[in-house]
Amino acid sequence: MTLDLLPPRRPARIVAVQWDLLSPDEAKRLRTLGIDEGAQVTVAHRGIFSGRDPLALEIGRMTVALRRVHARAVTVQEGAEQVGERA
Amino acid sequence: MSKLRTAALVGNPNAGKSALFNALTGARQKIANYPGVTVERKAGRLTLPTGEPLNLVDLPGSYSLDPASPDEEVTRKVVLGEFPGEAMPDILVLVVDAANLEQHLVFAQELIALGRPCVVALNMVDLAERDGLVIDPRALEQSLGVPVIATVAVRKRGLDGLLEAIANMPAQEQHVGPASPTSQASMSERRQAARKMARGAVLSESREHRLHARLDRVLLHPWLGPPILFALLFVIFQAVFAWATPFADALDAGISGLIDVANEVLPAGLLRDMLTQGVLSGVGSVVVFLPQIIILFAFILVMEQSGYMARAAFIMDRMMAGVGLSGRSFIPLLSSFACAIPGIMATRAIADPKDRLTTILIAPLMTCSARLPVYAVIIAAFIPATSVGWGVGLQGLVLFALYAAGIVGAMAAALVLRRTATKGGTSGFIMELPRYQLPALRDLGIGLWQRAWLFLRRAGTIIFWVTVVLWLLLSFPKAGPGESQSEVSIAGRIGSAVEVVVKPIGFNHEIALALIPAMAAREVAVSSLATTYAVDAEDEEQAAEGLIPQLRAGWTLPTALAFLAWFVFAPQCLSTIAVARRETNGWKWPVVMLLYLFGLAYIFAGITYWLAVAAGL
Repeated sequence: MTLDLLPPRRPARIVAVQWDLLSPDEAKRLRTLGIDEGAQVTVAHRGIFSGRDPLALEIGRMTVALRRVHARAVTVQEGAEQVGERA
Repeated sequence: MSKLRTAALVGNPNAGKSALFNALTGARQKIANYPGVTVERKAGRLTLPTGEPLNLVDLPGSYSLDPASPDEEVTRKVVLGEFPGEAMPDILVLVVDAANLEQHLVFAQELIALGRPCVVALNMVDLAERDGLVIDPRALEQSLGVPVIATVAVRKRGLDGLLEAIANMPAQEQHVGPASPTSQASMSERRQAARKMARGAVLSESREHRLHARLDRVLLHPWLGPPILFALLFVIFQAVFAWATPFADALDAGISGLIDVANEVLPAGLLRDMLTQGVLSGVGSVVVFLPQIIILFAFILVMEQSGYMARAAFIMDRMMAGVGLSGRSFIPLLSSFACAIPGIMATRAIADPKDRLTTILIAPLMTCSARLPVYAVIIAAFIPATSVGWGVGLQGLVLFALYAAGIVGAMAAALVLRRTATKGGTSGFIMELPRYQLPALRDLGIGLWQRAWLFLRRAGTIIFWVTVVLWLLLSFPKAGPGESQSEVSIAGRIGSAVEVVVKPIGFNHEIALALIPAMAAREVAVSSLATTYAVDAEDEEQAAEGLIPQLRAGWTLPTALAFLAWFVFAPQCLSTIAVARRETNGWKWPVVMLLYLFGLAYIFAGITYWLAVAAGL
């Protein structure tokens, strides 16, 4: 499932990112914000209009806004991390 | 140790760098140009506990040394000593957010790997504790290998310890040539290490529900968020007018009083005329807008410092995407309501170059505070203070329409520009939404003081000189009997030439005259009109009557409306054009900006004039 289809408030883990779908700068920005393979994320909020764009993503102790086009490049797997890790 | 050492504050955005900088330097700071939040180069002086003076620089927030925006480029260059005219900092003060270590330690590691003297300011430990997170600075110190000092910038906690650590940094021999980042760990390796270090440093952590998540649930709610934002914007604009009035009236009375005093004390003559008709009426007519500017900036600063501004960007992103921009452009555009200059400078945080350029080009369409004097005077003179019902006044409605015209014009311009001059791929929107925090009074105070000072300095320099020169040009040569001073004078002749061009759109001689000095700054239009009419006044009494009755006597309603329409679009601000030139590295885009804005101004002023005349107004 790609991140744009992940229902809000359900924890998931990033399993793959198709970097070639993103511009080099966008890819760089996502990486510097920790949106990369293995990261644990939750969709916290979505916009209201067409396609409920953009998304607010909780990652670690940060909230990051990104657009649906970016989320589409991110493949996630639903499910919380094991005990001892933070959701 | 004779050399003055420089320390630089470096860190991720939202690490509390600006607050730390304010806490360390107090009001002793120098902003090289017009400030945006941590966008401009800020430097300050302080004294270390050893008595050694220290130069402190606040660098723009960055996520890494590999820049993704012009902002980050500056940070990289300064840190590596590659910035022309800027000494390489002797000490790096890495500011990290205690509540978000696994993110902030990524960049910190990259900086420490440079091998330069580093101190870590573990900032906002109080907010971390509020979120149920207790951090051990010693553990962090061990894993990072550099001194770590816990600080709460907004409460001045831990500052002595931080200064001591800075003082203890060895005075390093200057590198020969710029340092370059040594080949170091990859970003994902640093991220893993950051995660490990962060976990190792956490003493206790509760799963307390974080305040910001609860606030976001309301403020970013798909149905509640946008109405809340628009209500807030409405309150801001209401406040700018309603709250400022008593202060503006008091200032106005003070200036009138000064004119009376000058008229009594000074002997009649050239000097007195210049002082009263030129300086006091001219500069005074601009200074009365200080209260409005302070109120507008107070709201913008609170929105920025509380973390709400990023939410506003989130809410606005979809709408901005409609015209080919992103939510990121919302922040510079909102700042442009105060002044386009900090607005244009704040575009440095926009990563996409086409996005950034478009935002720069449309920023002057946002109704800046310099237009306010123009609008306020014309509205007061020509729009009756009647109510249109539901407690809404006609004057306020016209003002709202002028603001709306600017916004609609800007959006339309963005739409066209993104399909023509700044064509390019769709822009992205990726930004961190910082945690909410209460703005500190000191940071707010310093921010407001800096902006008020910049405004007054402008009034005291540019506007002062323009007014004086205009007064001189208006006063000579002296008109003979039966002639109008403002037509016979040198300025009058220049105005007559301009009048030929602007007559078709309903502008009279006085307006043509005011447009030229108003190129320096829009608000000069008011002081120019004031000076022109003061010079033309037959006696003291008529001059003292003020501008508004004279405007009513001399202008028709269609002319006044056309004048308002002109100022919605006209790029009459040399400083904005100069900043646009600097930010776009050349004359091409400022010229594009000038042409398209003057074109729009001419067309819309013309349409307004002819429609109003046709409607029999």
